[in-house]
Amino acid sequence: MARKSTTQRVVVSTIGAWFFGFLIFFPILWMVLASFKTELEAFAIPPSFLFFHWTTENYATVQERSDYFLHAMNSIIIAGGSTLIALLIAVPAAWSMAFSPTKRTKDVLLWMLSTKMMPPVGVLVPIYLIYKSFGLLDSRIGLVFILCLGNLPIVIWMLFTYFKEIPRDILEAARMDGATIGRELVYVLTPMAIPGLASTLLLNLILAWNEAFWTLNLSTSNAAPLTTFIASYSSPEGLFWAKLSAASTLAIAPILVLGWFSQKQLVRGLTFGAVK
Amino acid sequence: MKHILGAVCGASVLLAVPAMAETTLTIATVNNGDMIRMQGLTGEFTKANPDISVKWVTLEENVLRQRVTTDIATKGGQFDVLTIGTYEVPIWAKKGWLVPLANLGADYDVADLLPKIKDAVSVDGKLYAAPFYGESSMVMYRTDLFDKAGLKMPENPTWDFVIDAAKKLTDKNAGVYGICLRGKAGWGENMAFLSAMANSYGARWFDEKWEPQFNTPEWKTTLTTYVNLMKDAGPPGASSNGFNENLALFNAGKCAMWIDATVAASFVTNPKDSKVADQVGFALAPNTGLGKNANWLWAWSLAIPAGSKKADAAEKFIAWATSKDYTKLVAAKEGWANVPPGTRTSLYQNPEYVKAAPFAKMTLASIDAADPNKPTVKPVPYVGVQYAAIPEFQGIGTQVGQQFSAALAGSMTVDAALAAAQSATEREMKRAGYIK
Repeated sequence: MARKSTTQRVVVSTIGAWFFGFLIFFPILWMVLASFKTELEAFAIPPSFLFFHWTTENYATVQERSDYFLHAMNSIIIAGGSTLIALLIAVPAAWSMAFSPTKRTKDVLLWMLSTKMMPPVGVLVPIYLIYKSFGLLDSRIGLVFILCLGNLPIVIWMLFTYFKEIPRDILEAARMDGATIGRELVYVLTPMAIPGLASTLLLNLILAWNEAFWTLNLSTSNAAPLTTFIASYSSPEGLFWAKLSAASTLAIAPILVLGWFSQKQLVRGLTFGAVK
Repeated sequence: MKHILGAVCGASVLLAVPAMAETTLTIATVNNGDMIRMQGLTGEFTKANPDISVKWVTLEENVLRQRVTTDIATKGGQFDVLTIGTYEVPIWAKKGWLVPLANLGADYDVADLLPKIKDAVSVDGKLYAAPFYGESSMVMYRTDLFDKAGLKMPENPTWDFVIDAAKKLTDKNAGVYGICLRGKAGWGENMAFLSAMANSYGARWFDEKWEPQFNTPEWKTTLTTYVNLMKDAGPPGASSNGFNENLALFNAGKCAMWIDATVAASFVTNPKDSKVADQVGFALAPNTGLGKNANWLWAWSLAIPAGSKKADAAEKFIAWATSKDYTKLVAAKEGWANVPPGTRTSLYQNPEYVKAAPFAKMTLASIDAADPNKPTVKPVPYVGVQYAAIPEFQGIGTQVGQQFSAALAGSMTVDAALAAAQSATEREMKRAGYIK
């Protein structure tokens, strides 16, 4: 009897999980389907789910009209570069706050987070003027820099919570054995924090990949990443859903594949320290 | 030796190419069919001007507007040619943000530009942008459904006729609705249509002293008529329909009438996209006998921002893209029906174009019927038919649009929507210093 009820529960929860999983995934599926429709079918009411005239015409048009690889390369450089630099700065910062806290550590952490509370548009004009003066408009370095700064508070906060979970005794033992701060950081702390580091890296990569305010406003053509590539397919006068869907599918494909392969690390990192 | 000579020649050619392409123009534009066609034909321009190369930045309309405004206000110099509308031209020209176009060339023939369109992109008699394509709005209707119902659309219909016909032609069981109109909130969406409709009912945005006029009976009649008409004869969920949604509905055969941009005529008559391509007729936007039709005026135009360091090359490009020769080039490559409409008188005198575009005559008549300098029955202090060309209008128009869209959705009454529109507009106009 007990076994039966357990089996039933497993079946119900499995169906439930699949249902909610499908519900969350549905917009992405719908976008992929729309990318294989004609413009008229993409707009059709009632919409057709699978039985429509499948076409790859939209992908051909997108390829012909835009330089996808330039945009994708820009996205990889900008997202990757900003993530790496953010980690290089955030690891020592989080380490010092987690293991050598001072009276002001909490205030510093809150202050860092408070920078995320202001809408970016509030500082658009000053940033634009600074970028103009330094010749950073439409440059990959400029975008790496701004995205790195934008995501830094989140990275530091995430790493700080992971580092807090690591027992100080281990670090003290390393110190007793004569490890310097650098060696302690590289050989003791970092390997123990790898799941946390991996998930922070992935999350930051996804955030930087999807960032659409600064990338749209500070780039024109040379440094334009995939967000501007998508934005170029919306039209005020003309049907565009199918082509926009094709462009969006192409834009999210790399990050979707990356997320798929690293989901184990991502989930492990995000739940790291959740249960004590 | 031959190989070495060949290699040297090859290398020198390769070196020569970047040396010749000295000026790179960055052109910001929107993703409309005519602009995409222009991008495709850029090779013809660079072939004739080997010292100029062109880079395109295509963005969504509102993103483009924000992006370009930031750049132009900070003199960022990121763009050399901008695609802007008739709303921006007078405002930006007065701020000194645009370079006047005085050197478009001897054979450009400025006098050939349609007078209404030319006026809309000029300030104090100086051209600040060159119109790339122009549009008004008109009635597009299904001739087969009209014939079946025994109705005949006049060339210049009244609102009474349109409302009556819309009700007669609605067959909700068959999924056919008498009329499709914009309902999606936005100063360029429902407010473009409703401002033009209000003009035909004798309403206006502001009186001569910039006092908002939503508390007048004219606005009440306009909004009540619109909401009732859409309730009786409009498609379901009309409050989220903009240009594209209505285009899809009309093309799928679900609307008996659609009042919208004249540029839509080439889409609804294209058999590749439209199921009703052979059954579409055109008429002027409706009126109420007060002397104003419910049609607007707009032109996507090319302009040079004051921060550009390549104004000469930019003007060359603009002259090319808005010339008579460009029209001929498009006609030769893609047919007369695909040339950018609504900017030049000569196009409408061209028998080949008139034959290929059954909507040509009505497009021209609609453009002629709109007057941005005298848009309403009563006098107004602003320029613009479906907008008031003041910087505050974008914000105000969108706020008012949200109220009117809510009235259409039924979540508030017409009176409440008008009262909310009046107070929001008054607040913004006071804040901006137009009224006390």
